[in-house]
Formats: sequence, C-alpha cells, structure tokens
Amino acid sequence: MSDITDLSFTELKKTLQKKSLSSTEITTAFLDRIESLNPELNTFITITRDEAMQSAKNADAAISRGTATSYTGLPIAHKDLFCTDGILTTCGSKILSNFVAPYDAHVVSRCKAEGLVSLGKLNMDEFAMGSSNENSYFGPVRNPWDKTRVPGGSSGGSAAAVAAKLTPLATATDTGGSIRQPAAFTGTSGLKPTYGRVSRFGMIAYASSLDQGGLIAHTAEDLAHGLGLIAGHDSRDSTSAELPVPDYTEALNDSLAGKVIGLPKQFFDDNLNNAMRNAMDAVVDVFKLLGATTVEISLDHVAKAIPAYYVIAPAEASSNLSRFDGVRFGYRADKPTDVLDLYERSRSEGFGSEVKRRILIGTYALSEGYYNAYYKKAQQIRRLIRDDFNRALASCDLILGPSTPSTAFGIGEKNSDPVSMYLEDIYTVATNMAGLPGGSFQAPLVSGLPTGYQLTGPAFGESIILNAAHQVQIATDWHRLNPEGL
Amino acid sequence: MSLTSDHVKRVAKLARLRLTGAEMTETLAQLNSILSLVDQMKQIDTKDVVPLAHPLELKQTLRADSVTEMDQREKFQSTAPHADAGLYLVPRVVE
Repeated sequence: MSDITDLSFTELKKTLQKKSLSSTEITTAFLDRIESLNPELNTFITITRDEAMQSAKNADAAISRGTATSYTGLPIAHKDLFCTDGILTTCGSKILSNFVAPYDAHVVSRCKAEGLVSLGKLNMDEFAMGSSNENSYFGPVRNPWDKTRVPGGSSGGSAAAVAAKLTPLATATDTGGSIRQPAAFTGTSGLKPTYGRVSRFGMIAYASSLDQGGLIAHTAEDLAHGLGLIAGHDSRDSTSAELPVPDYTEALNDSLAGKVIGLPKQFFDDNLNNAMRNAMDAVVDVFKLLGATTVEISLDHVAKAIPAYYVIAPAEASSNLSRFDGVRFGYRADKPTDVLDLYERSRSEGFGSEVKRRILIGTYALSEGYYNAYYKKAQQIRRLIRDDFNRALASCDLILGPSTPSTAFGIGEKNSDPVSMYLEDIYTVATNMAGLPGGSFQAPLVSGLPTGYQLTGPAFGESIILNAAHQVQIATDWHRLNPEGL
Repeated sequence: MSLTSDHVKRVAKLARLRLTGAEMTETLAQLNSILSLVDQMKQIDTKDVVPLAHPLELKQTLRADSVTEMDQREKFQSTAPHADAGLYLVPRVVE
C-alpha cells in the first residue's frame, strides 16, 4: 500500500469506511509530514496538532459508536482567512498577527459539524491581495515543484499544501483568480463556486461582491465531496443563495458525448505562448475523444476585466479594511499620542505595501469627483462582461481556456511591478466579475512544471464543471503527476 | 490623468495611512502605473449601460425580527488591544 499521505480525499474516505485506517492514523501521518516539510515550504502559518489529535480521537469514537457521518475523521486545512474559534486567524497580515477569532466561519463550522479534522491554518497573500503568496507577513510559500518559484496566490498555502500532500483538501478563496491560479501553478484541482453558493460568513472580507470561498484538492471528485460539505444557504450571509445543494458526486460519471465546449477567441489569441497553447490543445483533444465538440465563442469585453477589477476590488477593499483601526482587534501602534495617531500608525505599521496600494487606489476611486469616471464606469463594464458570458453560455455548456498565461514564475521576479503581477489573473478575473463558477484542473506539464486549464460554467453549474473535469481525469494521468521527491 | 504627490497625500489622509518620504515617491509612481491600466476602461463606450453592482442581482432577503444573537461582549472584547470595564480604550479625544 502507498503511504497514507499519497491518498486523495476520496480514497481516504474509502479507507475510513472500510475501517482499514483510523482517523488517528491518518491525522498523525499528515501532521508528521507537515512538521517535516513545512519549515521549507512555509505553507502553514499555524499547525494545530493538539486540537487535530483530539478531533481525530473523537472521530474514531464516533465511527466505532456508529454516529459518524461519511466524512467524519477526514483531514482538511483552512486558508487563514476563515475565522476559527479560539485559533489564531491572521489573514496573512501583521495587523491580525495576534488575532484569535472569537467565532467560526460558516465553512469552518460546516466542516466541524461533519467531523472533519482541521490540521491548521494556511499561508496566503495578505488579505488575499496577490498572485504569488509573496505578500504574506509570514513569508512567501515555496512551490513544491520548484522551491525557487512561487505557488501562485492568494491561496498559495492551500495549493502548495495539497501539492506537497500535507493535506488532502484545503479551503481557499477566490476574488480574481486566487483559487484557480495557484491550483494551476501547483498541479492541483481548484474550484471557485458561483458567487452566493458558499456563505461568506466569517471570511475576512477583501472585495465583498467578488469574494467566494471554495476548495483545492487533488481531483475533481475530491472537490465534489468537499463542495457538498460547505455549500448552501446561511442566514448570516444575505448574499448566500437559497437554492438546494445537489449531490455533486452524482453527475461525475455522466458522459461528455454531445457536450459543447466554448473556446473564447480572446483566450487563444497571439498573446498565448506556444507551450501553453500546446498544453491547451492536448486538453481539447481529450474532450473531443470523450465525445464533446468545440465551438469558437467571443467574450468581447474580457480584455477590460482587469482594468475594471482594479477599480471595483480596491474600492470595496478600502471600505472593508477601514475596520482595522487598532481599537477593537488586531495590532495597535505603541504609545499613540492621540486618536488620529493611533489610527494612522496602527494601519501604516500593520498593513503591507500591496494592501496599502489597494486601499489608496480604492479611496481615490471613491473620492469626491471621481466616482463616475471610475467606480460607475467599472460597474458598467462589469455588466457588459457578464452579458458576454451569458450570451456565450447560450451556445455552449462550458467555456475552456488556460488558467494562467504561463507556468509558475520565480520568487522575486514580479515583485517590483504591481501591474505585471495584476496581469497574472488575465484569464480568471472575468469569471468573478460575472459571478460564475470556475475550476482549474491539471493540464500537461510544460518544461517540468504544472499548467492548468480553466472551465467556466453557468451560474450554479458546478456539477457540470466537476463532471467534465472528472471525465478528463479518468482519461489522463496529469492529475497524478507529483513534484520530484514528493 | 495622472496623480500628483498632493493627490496622494490627500488620499492617504482620507484612508488614515501615513507614508514616509521614500514611500511617497514609490507609491506615486506605482499608483500612476495602476491608473494607466485602469484608464483602458475609457476604450469602451458604456453610454446607457446600467451599472452592475452585484453579479447575481439577488434580492435582499429579510429575516424575522427576533433575537438570534446572545450577548458575547466579554468574548469579543477579549481580542481588543486595550479594553476595560466593557469599554474600548483610546487616547483622550475630549479635553
């Protein structure tokens, strides 16, 4: 038998059901691996060994009593943006480096209710602002495929931890690509659900009309199990949709025969480099072998998604992050002379440079006299982008494109130029603007590094995305490739 | 249009952020580079397009007007940098 940590979430679920392994054995195996590999990879900010071992013990007792759910005892780790009652919750920031959350996020409480064992809290770009995980107060995460490269961001800790088999499933969040881009860079599967599918209660807010919680794992089947756990209405998030949650595993084995895959001409233009194009062609060939057909579609306004995003997201961030003032929680500057000094120094010392940049851009865009030129204009473009997707999805079942313009770049390579970093999300941001579900799944390696293809579906069409990706994973072994030595 | 350091000072004040001299120079250049990216929006005619504030344009739901939260002041204030007797403490505001 392979090592316990080689098993996927779905395979671990089977071993627990057959009682060939206990939750304590599984949990111990992952914690030991975390403790041996984390010092180099820096994927975890907090490792909760004692709490995890206690949860595993409780899970084993529930399993032997017959009171367990089908997920009891399985390991998970949470992005450090989800509040965890009694556990440090930093959001990757100095300003929350001492914040022990007084309650659980909805996603966390759903996992607890099912008896999942949380291994700890995962590293991330500060306040989920970044595409490389270099913006963390707790230091950059290293990509397990090449430790001189970034894992992507902002859910870089989640993606790298799954890729290095430190956890079989990780929660993550995606505002402009923060699940899909790191999944592509680390050879993992990641799903950003439809806006409103998963409650944002207890997720520390970045841009509230774009933020969505989701998951990173090894396979689409793992994501189908995980999404069923965390999706659904929550009265504490008034934007969470009051729609029933389907069994996402049920449609996994549907045939792709007759399915129509839309290929946006804007994603396959001259800007796509040859190596990425070849990788995408290989994915499209598999879809065709499985009986799907392709059709060229057009997303006319998609090139303006990044410019509009860098108004909407910073504007919402500047408002959301005004709550960090050194008074009610988090970091407080030493010996403030007056209340303004308290606010200004706590914020200036507590926030990192990318967060400050976005607060300044957002404050400027919302300030007197600039609203029409920036915020209103961006929201108008947002509608045009959403309408493009709706039109395209009337003629196809799913939209396919690359998740990223290239493979993972080097640590430090794009640090000095914020705009070049922003363009990393060129293929992913539009999905958030439209509120649609999007997944990134393993495509062929390019020069030994992972790449990902992205599927975007209709609103609340997560089942179709997971079905398609699962069928491709049955037909290929791209998702089984591992970083050397891991 | 491009920003001047006076703009940045004003915006920083509104955002309750303090920038050192060196930070100011670097920030000014970076914000202008970001704004030139943002200005690509101008290439699209948006006359008569209704702004989209929320992706799914969901209706705001209402709940019954009943008590759902218990008083947890002590627990919530336990995370405050400086609280005493149920109050958050800040430097003196009124002399």
